[in-house]
Amino acid sequence: MNSQPVSVQTEGLTRRFGKFTAVDRVSITVNQGEIFGFLGANGAGKTTMIRMLCGLLKPSEGKGSVAGFDVYRQSEEIKKHIGYMSQKFSLYDDLTITENIEFYGGIYGLSREAIRHRREQLLEQTGLQDASRKMTRDLPLGFKQRLALGCALLHDPPVIFLDEPTSGVDPEARRSFWDLIYQTADNGKTVFVTTHFMDEAEYCHRVSIMRAGQLIALDTPGNLKKQYQQRSMQEVFVALVEAG
Amino acid sequence: MNAIEITNFHKSFGPVTAVDNASLTVKPGELFGLIGPDGAGKTTLMRAICTLLLPDSGQILVNGMDTTRDVGKIRASIGYMPQRFSLYQDLSVAQNLRFFADLFQVPPEERTRRLEQLYQFSRLEPFRNRLAGDLSGGMKQKLALSCALIHTPDLLVLDEPTYGVDPVSRKEFWDILRTIQQEGTTILVSTAYMDEADQCERVALFFRGRIAGLDTPDGLRRDYPHPLYRLEGSDLRALRRFFQDIPTVHSIQLFGDALHVSFAQPPQPGDWRGWQDAVGSSLSHWEAHPPTIEDIFLDLIRSAS
Repeated sequence: MNSQPVSVQTEGLTRRFGKFTAVDRVSITVNQGEIFGFLGANGAGKTTMIRMLCGLLKPSEGKGSVAGFDVYRQSEEIKKHIGYMSQKFSLYDDLTITENIEFYGGIYGLSREAIRHRREQLLEQTGLQDASRKMTRDLPLGFKQRLALGCALLHDPPVIFLDEPTSGVDPEARRSFWDLIYQTADNGKTVFVTTHFMDEAEYCHRVSIMRAGQLIALDTPGNLKKQYQQRSMQEVFVALVEAG
Repeated sequence: MNAIEITNFHKSFGPVTAVDNASLTVKPGELFGLIGPDGAGKTTLMRAICTLLLPDSGQILVNGMDTTRDVGKIRASIGYMPQRFSLYQDLSVAQNLRFFADLFQVPPEERTRRLEQLYQFSRLEPFRNRLAGDLSGGMKQKLALSCALIHTPDLLVLDEPTYGVDPVSRKEFWDILRTIQQEGTTILVSTAYMDEADQCERVALFFRGRIAGLDTPDGLRRDYPHPLYRLEGSDLRALRRFFQDIPTVHSIQLFGDALHVSFAQPPQPGDWRGWQDAVGSSLSHWEAHPPTIEDIFLDLIRSAS
């Protein structure tokens, strides 16, 4: 992984809201093609961190770059070079599948020609060719998820953020979604993923754990288990978060 | 008398069958779980129990009262936390809790004791003066939950209370739930986290509107028909591909840093040696393992499709 170019880098990245420090001097380096897990208790600062990396929130202090663009000066460029998907709000239920794809293509500023091309590709990849005029709400959750990921990747961004992408999904669909995450990373995309499923933490190449705004652990799941002498990531997480 | 008695409950929305002919009973004082993914029918059933939805057919009795007739009486005896619980965004954490304590007329001594418990589980005390609207998503969920737990009704109905809640807080949440149960409250709770089934005394496994399993977690495990093994190794994805081609394998699933393999016929010691020779260091360890509720659920999905 070390031979890969750097995709996301922060140094002492900090964000304060009034007197409250939501993210406190966080430094990470994530390489291209890496699946990077983002763990932490509720309110530990994960969402604030992700919002800064997505160009949605200016940091108070520190340095950061995403896909080669600076988080202070080039937030618009960052938005064009990342994808974002969450389980909760991704697709419009009352649009058809085709309409959703075209909507996202439009948002990302793709040409008509490019949208048409990517639409056909995506329908084929997801096996939804025959269902393209169906309302999105009528799709089984597993398909919806694949489609949502496809939409987030329409503009071929080098970095993608997956925010609890598998919450509420059945265990079978959860596993096939992770196969898709691996494929996405194998295609050279950098994948940031937050999850509350600790078995999924084991699937990440490297995992970071935040507590009260600070980065308290960052390593491969194997090394973290060794370092904290725990059998599973679940136990590592509980040990680290409870120590706070 | 049962706390909840559901007989052949059926509910459709237009062409979509939400719950198909479900029957189950919850005993007084029981901690009962509805386990299943989003869209399985859990919320529909809970809403019907809380008199918020009429059945197309079938019957639901709550403490012997019919949900289509004794609406007022049933509502007075239930504490219900819907999936989208609306907090007052412009009140602080402490004000929200106080509001719900006042609403449910919680006496002062009990209020103090319960607040202490709830703050401990939720870790919200340092944020007590923050407006609910300024909390992170997961913290809002914990506050909503705390508001629902501030009083002690006969029957507590909680719809996915741990959705989006981190693993440490989830553990503490279940401890609180058991405390409330010990004080005599019957609890019906739904979750999409399969591992939480083991926190319940009995569970119904929900899939596509049907109850696909109904028992204690141990009972469900006992009924699992396949010998199951937990495998460890250096390259689990390669290992998974290898076992997919073994004819006696029934199913194979990734479970974090291990693989669960179940067999149609029990493997022999010689089989394991042969497999290890074939895959080398990809397979470093194997042992018989009791099925988890997730294994059982994955099997149900497989046989349904």
